[in-house]
Amino acid sequence: MPAATRARKLKLAVWKFASCDGCQLSLLDCEDELLALAERVRIANFLEASRATVRGPYDLSLVEGSITTPHDAARIQEVRQASRYLVTIGACAAAGGIQALRNFRDVKEFTSIVYATPAYISTLDRSTPIAAHVRVDFELRGCPVNKAQLIEVVSALLNGHSPHTPAHPVCVECKRRGTVCVMVARSVPCLGPITHAGCGAICPAYGRGCYGCFGPSESPNIASLAAQWIAAGATRSAIVRVLRAFNAAAEPFAAASKAYEDDQG
Amino acid sequence: MKTIKVDYLARVEGEGALKIRFKGDQVRDVQLRIFEPPRFFEAFLRGRSYLEAPDITARICGICPVAYQMSSCAAMEDALGVAVDGRLHDLRTLIYCGEWIESHALHMFLLHAPDFLGYPDAMTMAKEHRDMVMRGLRIKKAGNALIGAIGGREVHPINVRVGGFYRVPEQAELQALLAQLRAARDDALLAVDWMAAFEFPEFSRDYEMVAIRGEREYPFMGARIVSNKGLDIDVHDYDATFVEEQVAHSNALHSFIRGRGAYVCGPLARFNLNFDLLSDTAREAARRARLETPCMNPFKSILARAIEVIHALGEAIRMIQDYQPPRAAYLETRPRAAAGYGCTEAPRGTLYHRYRLDGGGLITDAKIVPPTSQNQKTMEEDLAALAPRLIKAEHREATAMAEHAIRNYDPCISCATHFLDLTLERE
Repeated sequence: MPAATRARKLKLAVWKFASCDGCQLSLLDCEDELLALAERVRIANFLEASRATVRGPYDLSLVEGSITTPHDAARIQEVRQASRYLVTIGACAAAGGIQALRNFRDVKEFTSIVYATPAYISTLDRSTPIAAHVRVDFELRGCPVNKAQLIEVVSALLNGHSPHTPAHPVCVECKRRGTVCVMVARSVPCLGPITHAGCGAICPAYGRGCYGCFGPSESPNIASLAAQWIAAGATRSAIVRVLRAFNAAAEPFAAASKAYEDDQG
Repeated sequence: MKTIKVDYLARVEGEGALKIRFKGDQVRDVQLRIFEPPRFFEAFLRGRSYLEAPDITARICGICPVAYQMSSCAAMEDALGVAVDGRLHDLRTLIYCGEWIESHALHMFLLHAPDFLGYPDAMTMAKEHRDMVMRGLRIKKAGNALIGAIGGREVHPINVRVGGFYRVPEQAELQALLAQLRAARDDALLAVDWMAAFEFPEFSRDYEMVAIRGEREYPFMGARIVSNKGLDIDVHDYDATFVEEQVAHSNALHSFIRGRGAYVCGPLARFNLNFDLLSDTAREAARRARLETPCMNPFKSILARAIEVIHALGEAIRMIQDYQPPRAAYLETRPRAAAGYGCTEAPRGTLYHRYRLDGGGLITDAKIVPPTSQNQKTMEEDLAALAPRLIKAEHREATAMAEHAIRNYDPCISCATHFLDLTLERE
């Protein structure tokens, strides 16, 4: 970086594609850190929070949402070009989100169910993650992202470190939290063994099974877990449904849900 | 021809654009355009289990997920003939209080107040009004703490289910929040006085205001929908009363009362129609803020939000003091082929869900009407009514005033978009 610009504030931008706004809201939910962050960095583009915008390039771009329209497919290229680091936040950006359920169906049928005049709707056949379009420097998982992890990622990158967000399954967090295993103790179906950590294992602590909002963990053994579910009385269609939710298009989940769907006869 | 154009509306939830075209002193066209991509919730809900609806529909909106969970639960319980009342109902009201508090605080302090004081955002406003912004953030944090304690996390809580909750909190878990909620109420009482001193544009129209009418409580949930013009229906008659129509100039579906026209829902409508059900503290705060019923000035919606925050904080404190855990965390439900109708009050207005289920409890049809699509026609009509002022103002000021008029309704475009048509007109 040239010496003349060394003292300048780093520029942070937040971009939205197809999403619910919940992940960028998590930034505004950092009530204790928000004003400190605003003093430390220049919030150069964050439309949910400010009408003032500054031209790129940006030091750090946080990208929420998936790509579902031709216009957005072009826009993400512009965002990439204007960004030094591009970090995606949440399941929509990392895996296509719940709206990727269209990927398993005919989008024309979906359009005609929701809209009286489907011809007005311009949408792509598939909802795709940001990494399918541009190089992504870091993906933060979750539907929604975890606030503490969001702060970790932003502060690590602004300070020139690599963010640390473990890829082990939710089970590790559950053990650390001291929660009795809902699947072993009560036969409650749980996706914890195949789901990426990060939420803090909230669901089992509230007596319900994990439903996979952080997407697949590293090398998930889905077949083994599904066999346990079936032994506990779950139907194959229930397994298809639980894999087809907020991270439906993440590769291990998508492949497994397809296999169990084909296997239903 | 003069044109006011805002390509990306800021400080709203989601992506929209605004265009007002004038010919001479006359408005030719007002368009609130939505270019947020559609996500097809009603379509992919088909074939899902009734038990999945609260978690799936929460993802329509990261700002008001509890509202989606509550309306979907109400509709499913209606279909299955289950009535959630007593302590479980109170616990639902309590988590809903949390959402009103955090969502209203976000809108009042971070999105709307900067309009009144002429700042681009709350971070800039904090340089001169740090104390008030800090109060706003503390109120917001208290609301989030309440949602987190009951729901497991603030955005897309995991603990709400058809019939009640997965787990109900212990007394001590909720009592730990009392000090924070009391401090937030003190902050909110000071904030309402601060906001009451804002300069409010002289503006009012003859609105039809629509809200749930509470039976005994200021309405978070309920089955009766009323208006200031004589509407009084049960939620089962929603589809016979309200209709969504396509409007040629904007390619957007707008909600109307059949045979009557546009209407408004949200905090001002609730305040006007349920003033008698507010707590004494909230009514006293309204009196001090000189907010009287019926108030027909949408710029004063920020005061109605502040009053509702005071009410919700008071109710939360009272309910936690009286809290006894419900005996069972949820009521058992048995699937059956049926239709169900549910309506609750999201922070920004009435949220209607309707489902049809098959005998196995799978959804065969879903309809969701979010508050922003109900208010969209009114937002456009407000802009048309403001036009004589907009045409006289300098361009920058006119644009700011037009955006301010939209933000009066706390529009949530992410909510509205699975429902609104999309235009890809490029300029």
